[in-house]
Amino acid sequence: MTFVAILIGGIFVNNLVFARFLGLCPFVGVSKRVDMAAGMSMAVIFVMTVASAVTWVVQNAVLEPFGLGYLQTVSFILVIAALVQFVEMVMQKTSPGLYQALGIYLPLITTNCAVLGVAILSIRNNYSFVESVVNGIAGALGWSLAVILFAGVRERWEITPIPKPLQGFPTALIGTGLMSLAFFGFQGMFKTLFVR
Amino acid sequence: MKSLVNTISNGIVRENPVFRLVLGLCPALAVTTAAENGFWMGLAVIFVLTCSNVIISLIRGVIPSKIRIPCFIVVIATFVTIVDLVMHAYMPEMYAILGIFIPLIVVNCIIMARAEAFASKNSVLLAAADGIGSGLGFMIAVIVVGAIREFLGTGNIVLAGTALFGPTGLGFDPAIVMILPPGAFITLGALLGLLNTLQARSAARQRRVCP
Repeated sequence: MTFVAILIGGIFVNNLVFARFLGLCPFVGVSKRVDMAAGMSMAVIFVMTVASAVTWVVQNAVLEPFGLGYLQTVSFILVIAALVQFVEMVMQKTSPGLYQALGIYLPLITTNCAVLGVAILSIRNNYSFVESVVNGIAGALGWSLAVILFAGVRERWEITPIPKPLQGFPTALIGTGLMSLAFFGFQGMFKTLFVR
Repeated sequence: MKSLVNTISNGIVRENPVFRLVLGLCPALAVTTAAENGFWMGLAVIFVLTCSNVIISLIRGVIPSKIRIPCFIVVIATFVTIVDLVMHAYMPEMYAILGIFIPLIVVNCIIMARAEAFASKNSVLLAAADGIGSGLGFMIAVIVVGAIREFLGTGNIVLAGTALFGPTGLGFDPAIVMILPPGAFITLGALLGLLNTLQARSAARQRRVCP
């Protein structure tokens, strides 16, 4: 049951973009076209899941036993940066097609605060290994849902007469705000389902 | 001297990280539920930005350009860890409010952008000035957003324990949505739109004065 709660909670209630304000830079950056949003989503789902697993192992097998908790930030960001590089190289060798599709998005993920954020949140919530991985998947799926939905909205805005000062970032932010308001509806649903 | 002042004011006004460059959105939206949170977040960013700019400028001749990004990250992460530990020890309440956004300063695009675009190419003094300027710009932006959200969302602004508009406030019903996540997006979006309008207006006026 906890896994389902983490999954549903991560996708809808504590959505990374709409409730936790994580990964906003790439969210605004790649939500201009649906295909770009989908490409970035695939890369984020992959990296975030693997990163959640690896950082959990680093925290519980290396940092905790040796009392190096203060190195958490430094080691996590290095692990994620190395991981992204590694994934990029492996992908280039084994599946050039996928590499072509995801190639330009992969390096961007290192600076995606959502990956580090989800890893740190899992540690702070004292999740077990499987819970951390599920949390990673849920966060990534929530981010993907947000960015793909929003890309659909923004494609329509391309052909809408918007007042000049509001074009670009201002409409993107206000639109995200309205969408986040809509996602608030899920909170009530979540409470009746999981919190008794 | 003049260029130092220019560099600082550049970071605050012309290249304000939040309002002009639209960088570092995550903390600018997440911690701005109150003006005071914005102040402490801004202070943390100024410290990390200035120190990392100085160190990166000092070692810019030594780092091979191919691995410069990991090197920058290690320098930045070191200072972030310092801020993280100091805040955790001396101001636990504020640390609890700012939450994961203190360790997340390490992936804040403002700091990476200034390291890559400025500190790795300029002298130590200029890099420090740039760090202070950009940091101040960020701080002013988050304080402004925080003050607007706090005022509209709670009907009052509390600084260091004292309410600015008296204990009863101004007597209007606060819109709670403003201190919830949607309020953050809408406030910053509206502010950016307003700034664009003002800028377009002043540009039009300048064109009329000197054709």
